Amino acid sequence: MAQSEATAQHSVVHHPALAHHFENLEQQREASTLGMWIFLITEIMFFGGLFLAYSIYRSWYPQVFAEASHHLDIVLGGINTVVLITSSLTMALAVYYSQVGNQRKLILFLVLTLLLGLTFLGIKVVEYSHKFHDGLIPGVHFRYDGPNPQQAQIFFWLYFAMTGLHALHMIIGAGILSFLIYFAWRGRYSPEYHSPVEVSGLYWHFVDIVWIFLFPLLYLVGFHVKG
Amino acid sequence: MSEHIVPKKTYYAVFGALMVLTALTVFVARFDLPGILNITVALTVAVIKATLVVLYFMHVRYSSRLTQVIVAAGIFWLVIMLVLTASDYVTRNLLAPVARISM
Amino acid sequence: MSTAVIHTPAEGAAEPRTTYLNAGHTLKSWLLTLDHKRIGILYLLGVSFFFLIGGIYATLIRLELLTPQGDLVTAQTYNKLFTQHGIMMTFFFLIPSIPAVFGNFLLPIMIGAKDVAFPRLNLLSWYIYMTGALFASYAMFAGGVDTGWTFYPPYSTNYANTYVIATGLGIFIVGFSSILTGLNFIVTIHTMRAPGMTWYRLPLFVWAQYATSLIQVLGTPVLAITLLLVALERTVGVGIFDPRLGGDPVLFQHLFWFYSHPAVYIMVLPAMGVVSEIIATFSRKPIFGYKFVAFSSLAIAVFGFLVWGHHMFTSSQSVYAGMIFSLISYAVAIPSAIKVFNWTATMYRGSISYDSPMLYAMGFIGLFLIGGLTGLFLAALGLDVHVHDTYFVVAHFHYVMVGGSLLAYLGAMHYWWPKMTGRLYPEGWARFAALVVFVGFNLTFFPQFILGYLGMPRRYYTYVPEFQLLHVLSSVGASILAVGLILPAIYLLWSLKRGPIAPADPWMATGLEWRTSSPPPPENFERTPVVTWNAYEFRSKEETEVIGPMGKPDVSERK
Ligand code: HEM
Ligand SMILES: [Cu+2]
Repeated sequence: MAQSEATAQHSVVHHPALAHHFENLEQQREASTLGMWIFLITEIMFFGGLFLAYSIYRSWYPQVFAEASHHLDIVLGGINTVVLITSSLTMALAVYYSQVGNQRKLILFLVLTLLLGLTFLGIKVVEYSHKFHDGLIPGVHFRYDGPNPQQAQIFFWLYFAMTGLHALHMIIGAGILSFLIYFAWRGRYSPEYHSPVEVSGLYWHFVDIVWIFLFPLLYLVGFHVKG
Repeated sequence: MSEHIVPKKTYYAVFGALMVLTALTVFVARFDLPGILNITVALTVAVIKATLVVLYFMHVRYSSRLTQVIVAAGIFWLVIMLVLTASDYVTRNLLAPVARISM
Repeated sequence: MSTAVIHTPAEGAAEPRTTYLNAGHTLKSWLLTLDHKRIGILYLLGVSFFFLIGGIYATLIRLELLTPQGDLVTAQTYNKLFTQHGIMMTFFFLIPSIPAVFGNFLLPIMIGAKDVAFPRLNLLSWYIYMTGALFASYAMFAGGVDTGWTFYPPYSTNYANTYVIATGLGIFIVGFSSILTGLNFIVTIHTMRAPGMTWYRLPLFVWAQYATSLIQVLGTPVLAITLLLVALERTVGVGIFDPRLGGDPVLFQHLFWFYSHPAVYIMVLPAMGVVSEIIATFSRKPIFGYKFVAFSSLAIAVFGFLVWGHHMFTSSQSVYAGMIFSLISYAVAIPSAIKVFNWTATMYRGSISYDSPMLYAMGFIGLFLIGGLTGLFLAALGLDVHVHDTYFVVAHFHYVMVGGSLLAYLGAMHYWWPKMTGRLYPEGWARFAALVVFVGFNLTFFPQFILGYLGMPRRYYTYVPEFQLLHVLSSVGASILAVGLILPAIYLLWSLKRGPIAPADPWMATGLEWRTSSPPPPENFERTPVVTWNAYEFRSKEETEVIGPMGKPDVSERK
């Protein structure tokens, strides 16, 4: 409906994607990019609270954290790191093809990104179910054989809160990608108008960055103690 | 308008660097380094990786000054939260000797 | 809804002008509107409702405190009363009040835009707000909360037997609406300014809104994660904040106040913006030291994030950290003092007219001064140990929140009412009400300074008989204050039907919002204005007559 308004209003021929309250597509694009960046700032602060808690408790219980991290699977975590970074590459390429207007390649790379994202989530499910079988879910059923089980439980709630929140963002990201694929297939994006692709790319890369920190902080903290 | 289009080559190069850094951080983590060196290395590598993603994948290197300021502000605020909270935790035990003197 | 908007592109040839109010009369045209002005009105209805509920809680609190013994309610009920009063007033009234109502209505007009950058998000933010606030209200009626609005663990996580999670979830949800509003405003101010509207031509209200939005965007997510952690700890009990399980309850306080101290500036910065507008208009002078006032808003937003530890002097926070936080707290006073100084300097030798908005603005300056200065008492580490958690604190924050923000909110309501509704209210009643509010407010809260100083702790429903006189004075004051608040509700509603039609610019003010008709057309201006003048450039009476009534948006022939 917003489209029809825009065309009714001025005699100049307007791009169908231009909303009525913007003067031109450039202004609209600037606004959506800026909006996404500010949203990402709120995300930094949101995850920031958990990173703060992590820093405090890790500095209080370094040995316990190191030991507890042995219960995480470095191989699976490492594979997931590679998967996620690769998905960032494919996303960046999708943005590239939307800029140059190659619709087939755009769809291809969006689909690849989505598949990699789903792979990540699948591996995460495997990891979580292992933890579940080992009784490492914090709460009444928490079982931990090492010393200081209570402090180890702090490690594990941090692990689940941080990776869980991250996974939630991945799921939302996968949803956004599905929309992008649909609209790209409908031919909505062009070199003049592709800010949805661009802006979703920013989001996807941000989620990748969170993982870039989670991997060493959660999986690698105790590697040297054992090795 | 003039939106900057980053060449594909750059993306591949950044991807290669990210992979190498990932391998590096896993490799280094195996060694028991003295003091807080393990975590320092791990975080430094993570920061470099994040910086690469922000600058190239997220185009901040080519973005407007405003975007760059916003990114910097976000990181700065996170640092405020971490550092000022830490100012409590790292100085809590300093009180102990004072208490002993006054006794 | 906005389809009707389209049919008014040309100059208003037909007699009944299309305004944002009559551009669609159905309920749907309101509930699905994307017009920032209508969304502002929706918010006005929302916050008024929650202010009313918060006020009922306050009434019950003051009734209970009439007598030293607990006779009206039980201790448990009293705990719920002050908790729910605090939650309603802070999260559901004061934080959204000026930004979401007046910010939404005015900000796009003030910068000469057709709308905010993301109208859909804007409407969404209202729905999120209503969902969260109604959800929390439901939790309050179903079971209540008694943790204090601060949700301190371990009480909130391990012991409270009330609806902590549900209420927390409501606040969590409302937080997203706050974030969306902030995000929208920042992007709007950056990208939607009219041609010629440079940063230094922006009204100071816009600068204040910008600073407020920064706080909303940077702080609110931290509150969100904190509330999530409280809910998690309460359900699974895993030692997030529980010292018996290796956690640290003080960590909660850090996270909570990292948001909640800056949040007090979410409440007072927009109020300061309102006061700048009113003072300039009714002194008929440009604001003294425009740039200082503008940048002091930003300075407050930044410094506001560095001082949260002053709420934790008596927790087990390290004394060294306490000293640092104490020192930085003094620094925040500087930008606030700059503002007060510049307002006074603006009024000095101005041609002041004491219309009702001006009365509220002057009330703000005086009461905010008292509130701010007692804040400095409290920021003094040594002194705070004595008055922490007493009525001194209660009096302090009510001077800032009620004497400051609420008065500015009322001032804004009177100042922009003709613009928003197209009607004038009875000025005599308005001045009288302003006076009643001022007297009632001081009588309510000044005795509380003395009570606190004498050692009356906050959050208690009984007290020693010696304190009764002061408590009775306070309750009497609260009744007077209530009258002062009910009066505007009556005559403003009355004016909607019976008030004289308002001209485009009833105050001979300078902002762009006065250069479009009252109430404004759906697209705000008939043509996008081209700005060639600075904020607060007043014209003489003759000049106004030459140019004619200000409904014409394009006055680019000036200068
Ligand atoms: C309208 C007249 C008002 C009256 C008569 C009033 C009265 C009171 C009283 C008596 C208390 C003390 C409760 C106790 O000691 O346990 C209190 C606390 C509080 N009030 Fe108000 N209040 C009013 C308006 C407001 C407004 C507009 C706000 C907006 C922010 C507000 C925010 C608070 C907060 C945050 C607390 C602290 C709650 C707590 O610590 O548990 N009040 N109020
Ligand atoms: Cu404070």
